[in-house]
Amino acid sequence: MGGDPGASWHGASVTDTPVVLVRGGSLVVRDAAGRPAGLVGATGRSRRSASTSNGAPAVVRQADLLLSGGRIVQVGHDDGRGGTLDAPVGATILDASGCLVLPGLVDIHTHLRQPGDEEAETIESGARAAALGGFTAVVAMPNTDPPLDSASAVRDVLSLARGAPVDVHVAGAITVARSGERLAPMAELARLGVRLFTDDGNGVQSAGMMRRAMQYARGLGVTVAQHCEVDSLARGGAMHEGEWSSRLGLPGIPASAEEAMVARDLILAAETGARLHLLHLSTRGSIGLVRDAKRAGVPVTAEAAPHHIALTDASVATYDPLFKVNPPLRTDDDLRAVRDGVADGTVDAVATDHAPHRSETKDLPFDQAPPGMLGLETALAVVLTMMPDLPPARLIEVMSSGPASIAGIDARGGGAHGGTVEVGSAANLCIVDPEASWVVDRTRLASRSTNSPYAGHKLRGRVRHTVLHGEPVVVDGEALR
Amino acid sequence: MTRHLLSIDDLGADGIAEVLEVTDSFAEVARRAIPKVPTLRGKTVATLFFEDSTRTRISFETAAKRMSADVLSFAAGASSLKKGESLRDTIETIEAMGIDAVVIRHPSSGVALQATRWLTGPVVVNAGDGWHAHPTQALLDLYTVRELLGGDSRCFEGLRIAIVGDIRHSRVARSQVAAYTAMGAKVTLVGPATLLPPSVEGWGVESVTSVIDDVLPAADVVSLLRIQAERGSGAFLPSLREYTSEFGLTMERARCLPSTSIVLHPGPMVRGVEISSDAAELPQVHVTRQVANGVAVRMAVLFLLLGVPGSAGVPGSADSGRAVSAAGAPPPGASSGPELRAGGRDGG
Repeated sequence: MGGDPGASWHGASVTDTPVVLVRGGSLVVRDAAGRPAGLVGATGRSRRSASTSNGAPAVVRQADLLLSGGRIVQVGHDDGRGGTLDAPVGATILDASGCLVLPGLVDIHTHLRQPGDEEAETIESGARAAALGGFTAVVAMPNTDPPLDSASAVRDVLSLARGAPVDVHVAGAITVARSGERLAPMAELARLGVRLFTDDGNGVQSAGMMRRAMQYARGLGVTVAQHCEVDSLARGGAMHEGEWSSRLGLPGIPASAEEAMVARDLILAAETGARLHLLHLSTRGSIGLVRDAKRAGVPVTAEAAPHHIALTDASVATYDPLFKVNPPLRTDDDLRAVRDGVADGTVDAVATDHAPHRSETKDLPFDQAPPGMLGLETALAVVLTMMPDLPPARLIEVMSSGPASIAGIDARGGGAHGGTVEVGSAANLCIVDPEASWVVDRTRLASRSTNSPYAGHKLRGRVRHTVLHGEPVVVDGEALR
Repeated sequence: MTRHLLSIDDLGADGIAEVLEVTDSFAEVARRAIPKVPTLRGKTVATLFFEDSTRTRISFETAAKRMSADVLSFAAGASSLKKGESLRDTIETIEAMGIDAVVIRHPSSGVALQATRWLTGPVVVNAGDGWHAHPTQALLDLYTVRELLGGDSRCFEGLRIAIVGDIRHSRVARSQVAAYTAMGAKVTLVGPATLLPPSVEGWGVESVTSVIDDVLPAADVVSLLRIQAERGSGAFLPSLREYTSEFGLTMERARCLPSTSIVLHPGPMVRGVEISSDAAELPQVHVTRQVANGVAVRMAVLFLLLGVPGSAGVPGSADSGRAVSAAGAPPPGASSGPELRAGGRDGG
């Protein structure tokens, strides 16, 4: 399971890692009272207040970092020298001037397509896309072919991920073949380190099966993650049901298809005490249900996808299947509710739902094309662009510490992700220039697929370097692995 | 004129009026002994139908042939789609054949628009995409109403239109609503709540109701839609019998209609469901006139989309003597198709 993150066979071994000086970046550090606040903030001119969602203040300051042995070994002090450190002989220097130095981002909802659809993505190409997006860990979804519902399938993926530029963790299926009928060998998978179980792509339709899965998961101390969609309400739908589906003559997926399952599973989580994670929430109603449930003490976490804070169903007027995704793009009102949820802590994680599809499948009629869009290489920029007022410390919570906690790969879970940027922490870093604008070029994506809805659009915030267990894996926007 | 005709929105009120005026000229051609003009000689029109449709395809092909265009008929069942070729590849193949216009019908909404992204040369005419749009059907409905009322395009102002049936799944309804509202008519949608669209935001309709008897006494035009049982409409209703009892145009209901009302149906009409057999024979029912006008409207659409700018002509009308956009109107009633000075490469 977790173990010493520095020695994780997902990443590089400690002895190989170089000495790295991260020079001139800005951190968000603990406040005077010593409360952890994560880090970040463009020095001085930052427009963001650095407070966390619970209001704890955080201090933004410029400081160099020295990395060695996979850990942060020195942080420049605010001693009148502007936080600078001298570079040891032979150290690799990463220029972070103008950048925020964030803990490495964590994506708990990644479709890597291997095994089964290597034309669309491989673990290698998906991991490279993740590293370029500033991620240092991803959780691969189990809806591959064959699905990740057995120990051998999970071991295969973990083995293929060795040497990848991000730590690849695996979510296991809740039920065999994700068919909703029989529990997958959850205990056996948990022994391999699987902490998150989901039939994502399908919701577990039977309330009885979901309740049983929660009871079993509670005994194992793992989390059940639900794709909230009632099939009988959503079946045949191609986009959000509402004004635009009516105009465009496309079959709709009503908000109630998601909300009905959210409500049901919150009741089951309250009853069983199992940890429930709700995937890609997209409607105002879902956000409200989760907010109320959290107040009532239900053990629930929730995620939202970048596209649900960036795009609405009006995009479908082009009939371009790039805008087909499940859950579908919703209304402007839903989008604002999801953003509010991200800002106020109702949503614990922004998760990409990175879903590569071969280009010919996006040349189908809209109602026949498969749902899904790329997300790894654009997620951070989309959040920075669409929610420019999100406090940096909150950004860290939803893109690093929150998802790492849900996936059980933070320090508490024995992992090396989602920590703070301070001496002694694992050196998993995302170094981003928050002011750099760039145009998404579908021909230059690391993903094997090109189905990005942002192609041709300008985003603000570009990842400059990514450091995995002390080793630079992305330098100046180029992947080294 | 718009480059493609994908939906009524491409035309707007002025574009609709233009099509209806040009249709007058082509309707006259249809009444000739030899209903053929050389307007589109040298042009090639392909009909690309991914969904069974006899009447619309034949109507378009007849329109193209009456204007002397070459016609290629492509039916999906006979094509390489069955061999796994993608829609995009199929459509791009058509382009490679040097086609001037593609008339496309597809069961999925949006395919006509998608096709314009894959084609650089040909103009695209939407002959029905999924539940989305069927603009030439709406245009022929409006032409029929205008003809029966004997007015010009201002005749739609304030006209009370009832569209009855499965609105939710109907491309015809969406195009009718867009066209009638653009021309100033007041549209009421009538149907069981399960067969109404989830939202009519932005449709510009006057009202939506599930009580047909409230609507008929004041309706100038009643447009009946077919219950498309083959598309699963049946699951939205307890039974066709119940639909007929609540929404069918029976003789009893027909008696509530003003005597001047016009009843239209895009066909194929299912007697005994949306209209009773005896009501279908009433003089207010103009289904065959719609079919005849369909050819003339499609001739006008193809002409306006393919006509060589500044040089093409439409045949003059014997009644009005009006040449819409060009000189060279032929004498009416010529025994063989009169030679139009189409200019360009078609120049006589």
